[in-house]
Amino acid sequence: MYSVFKDFSTFKRNKMELKDKLLSSYVAFENRVDTNSDVHEIRSQALENFEELGFPTRKLEAWKYTSLNTVLKQDYSLFPNTERAIELVDVKQYFIHEIDSYKVVFIDGKYSSFLSQTTHEHYDVCLMSSALSNAKYKPVIDKYFNKIAKQDNLTSLNTAFAVEGAYIHIPKNTEVKKPIQIINFTTGSEAATMVQPRNLVVVGENAHVQIIERHQSLTSNAVLTNVVTEIFADKAANIDYYKIQDDEITASLVDNSYIEQQSNSVVSVHTFSFGGNITRNNLNFYQKGEHIDSILKGITIIEGKQHVDHHTLVHHIEPNCESHQDYKGIYDERSTGVFNGKVIVEKEAQKTNAYQQNNNVLVSDKATINAKPQLEIFADDVKCSHGCTIGQLDEDALFYMQQRGIPQKEGRALLMFAFANTVLESVRIPEVKQRITKLIANKLNVNIGFDL
Amino acid sequence: MLKIENLNAEIDGKAILKGLNLEVNPGEVHAIMGPNGAGKSTMANVIAGKEEYEVTAGTIELNGEDISELAPEERAHNGVFLSFQYPVEIPGVSVTNFIKTAINESRKAQGLEEMPAKDMLKKIREKSELLEIDRKFLGRSLNEGFSGGEKKRNEIFQMAMLEPKLAILDETDSGLDIDALRIVANGVNKLKSKDNAVIVITHYQRLLDYIVPDFVHVLHDGKIVKTGDASLALELEAKGYDWIKQELV
Repeated sequence: MYSVFKDFSTFKRNKMELKDKLLSSYVAFENRVDTNSDVHEIRSQALENFEELGFPTRKLEAWKYTSLNTVLKQDYSLFPNTERAIELVDVKQYFIHEIDSYKVVFIDGKYSSFLSQTTHEHYDVCLMSSALSNAKYKPVIDKYFNKIAKQDNLTSLNTAFAVEGAYIHIPKNTEVKKPIQIINFTTGSEAATMVQPRNLVVVGENAHVQIIERHQSLTSNAVLTNVVTEIFADKAANIDYYKIQDDEITASLVDNSYIEQQSNSVVSVHTFSFGGNITRNNLNFYQKGEHIDSILKGITIIEGKQHVDHHTLVHHIEPNCESHQDYKGIYDERSTGVFNGKVIVEKEAQKTNAYQQNNNVLVSDKATINAKPQLEIFADDVKCSHGCTIGQLDEDALFYMQQRGIPQKEGRALLMFAFANTVLESVRIPEVKQRITKLIANKLNVNIGFDL
Repeated sequence: MLKIENLNAEIDGKAILKGLNLEVNPGEVHAIMGPNGAGKSTMANVIAGKEEYEVTAGTIELNGEDISELAPEERAHNGVFLSFQYPVEIPGVSVTNFIKTAINESRKAQGLEEMPAKDMLKKIREKSELLEIDRKFLGRSLNEGFSGGEKKRNEIFQMAMLEPKLAILDETDSGLDIDALRIVANGVNKLKSKDNAVIVITHYQRLLDYIVPDFVHVLHDGKIVKTGDASLALELEAKGYDWIKQELV
């Protein structure tokens, strides 16, 4: 007699790896887009790249300190279908609503005309989907789309599925009168959602624009955002860009930004990382002319098990250019920070001035910061400096403040705010500065004005 | 106002104060003198509540309430002010905003509303004039890059703003030239009233020419070993401390 054993393991549903899921869903994706286009050629090529490279692992030098393993285990819905209605009153707090602005808003990856305010007058502040499909925009798309984005793992993945995002084109000698806010909401209509916005910003000669970008989850359901933004600054253009990252603990973000600058242009990017689950910022500057200024600044304040990783690159290719980096980090509890700042100065890039500063405060002895400046200098007549500090709050300063009647919690907050304040000084939109100040006060759990 | 009885305190296991007694009444000025290492600064820090010091015995009463278990800010809210021997530099926080925060946090602790901006400005103007402080100075980061004299003057400016009941001046005269000393002493004298008290810790008689003490105490090896009037300071200046040590034997 044989006893009958059933092999239950065959009944266990094998959850598909996210990579396989993405690859196998590509056919469905292709049903929704125009496959007979130049752009789709680019997408298909990118998919091949991703298929070959896969998701980054800690074996890669660039991902040594950041593991996506737990994030990738979620069973993400790739094309969330149900578009949930959002009332303005529920999300107003995520806008810098004190100012008049253009708004390009997406909900679960889909454009929300209700929450947006776009324009085609004088300049284009509109949608990537229409720019990709409308013949009128083809020359710009042909010239700029996916031209500076790296052909690496996550950027390729974004390119493969690129269909929606903000499209901003400012012709030369034009000043955009009010800031542009790009906001991506996820509603959590699915248990887990993956979104991949794709933004393109082309700013003509001597044109000027200010942009605020935010990714915001509205529930505690898991979210993975893999965003790619390409920014082109033509001669003497001025771009002032702010990234506000203050998301739910279940939301992870990989932000891949690529910026190409021509002569005499100034591009400044401020990144405010106040948490989420895992936040990875890949911020890349390529200087393709002379007398360029690139400004990279950031404030990171996190706690719990939050993780923020800043990977910056400034590639000095031509002579007489500058770059200024100033990143401040405050880490509490078991949070982890990474700062990897790479500066490459090519042989031709004489008279380069490159400054990099990265200062960190570990509030808790369980918090970690991995700081790694990387300078590769091939020119001989340059000024390059980098400074990195890791410290605790000054106990003597704290006692001094307490002696004057400022309680310990408020004293700590004041010290931390003062520490981070050098980054806020260069914020040129007062309402953004106010908002960030308020977010910092919230983050530090104090109710003081910080009007230092 | 202040009543210290049998105060014993140590730092890192090392006993510094060994049975200190001191009583200060409203309206009085007390000078604490004594050789280096006698425990003068420790006394000031222990009264202010610095946590590194451990009180192993004795009591510190302020207006009848034992304050020895209170946090430093609570003592400040009760009217204790310490002018630091070495004021700490706080980059990124201006003098004005520091003092605003200090005043409003104290008011908050007392259940009061924040001081209206107009009143605050008026008070800042008054007190900075009293101490001959330039307006530009108030916009600078607290103590950052200040000269020794500027730091001390800034301490007394904060004292003027906070109007404490008990002010402890820890070697406020060190590093001051004669003009600055006069300005600082003048400031302290103007703030003196029948309701508040001042403890002046100093090495030198010089400051006591300007801030005339009612009592002079000699602190030696963690306790007060001799008390007299202003003339004791002159005697110490002339003869040094050795004769007191010998008297003790």
